[in-house]
Amino acid sequence: MAKVFIYPATSLILSDLVSRYGHTPLSSAVAVRERIQTAGLESPPLQITPEEPKKGLRWAAVEVPAGVRGRMALYGPQIEAAEAAIIINDADLSFGCMGCARTNELVKYLLRQKDIPKLDLYYPKSEEEGVRFVAAIKRFLDGLGGKQ
Amino acid sequence: MTDYTPVHAGTVTKYVVVESFDITPADLGIRAYEISKDTMVKETCFGLVINGKEEEVNRVVAELRKIDPDHIFVKDRGFPPGDPRRCRANIGGARPGYHGMENEMTVIPYVSHGLEALKTRDIASVPPPENPLDHRELGIARLKKLIEAQES
Repeated sequence: MAKVFIYPATSLILSDLVSRYGHTPLSSAVAVRERIQTAGLESPPLQITPEEPKKGLRWAAVEVPAGVRGRMALYGPQIEAAEAAIIINDADLSFGCMGCARTNELVKYLLRQKDIPKLDLYYPKSEEEGVRFVAAIKRFLDGLGGKQ
Repeated sequence: MTDYTPVHAGTVTKYVVVESFDITPADLGIRAYEISKDTMVKETCFGLVINGKEEEVNRVVAELRKIDPDHIFVKDRGFPPGDPRRCRANIGGARPGYHGMENEMTVIPYVSHGLEALKTRDIASVPPPENPLDHRELGIARLKKLIEAQES
């Protein structure tokens, strides 16, 4: 069972397909859950404290805005733990503020730098593309080995 | 700043999203109530939110998937059901994150079709999808469309 980073990290489709084919999806929900379930100082809504941008310094330079570094405190450890990655390249839904946009660029850059199996896809736009999309993901995940 | 004490610590929450002609969230909800022990099940317009111990949630989710495996999709959620920081009942408007799910719901029928088709088709015979990293040349049809758009 491999840990597979999914991009967009909130994707329902990727999260489902990765777990359906026997692997562990690394998504933003898991990172948020860690913070929501850890006691500390109240910092609603996501329990992102002033400590997170400091942790984000591991992946982004100090002159990078705190918003990007704070987000990287969520995604950075997951990218380091990832043994494979599936990236959807036309995911308009991951568009957000400038902090989200820059974090998305940095996440994709770090994934491309990392020497792990990666699968690049577009969202399917027809039934035949849907078949190819699912088949590509299944072939990729089967190639990672582990429990099916 | 005040102290923060988490609720439902040590639990997981999962969305069960249904996109089916045969099954409704209400059907799933009834089935989930029948088979679950010590889990919190909330029915929503798109499916269920299930919270509880990881093993129990995984068991319930695995059972629910059997009802319509190609049309039921599951993903993790960070917050427990009804959390006032996320629930639309408290903040008004759609829940943050719903729009992303709504966007993907337009694609999910194609994925469901893919899952169904792969039961009968040989996966080795399915050609790979378009690779986004390939250099894409400007096709004649696209160039013509651009010229026409420029002229009008």
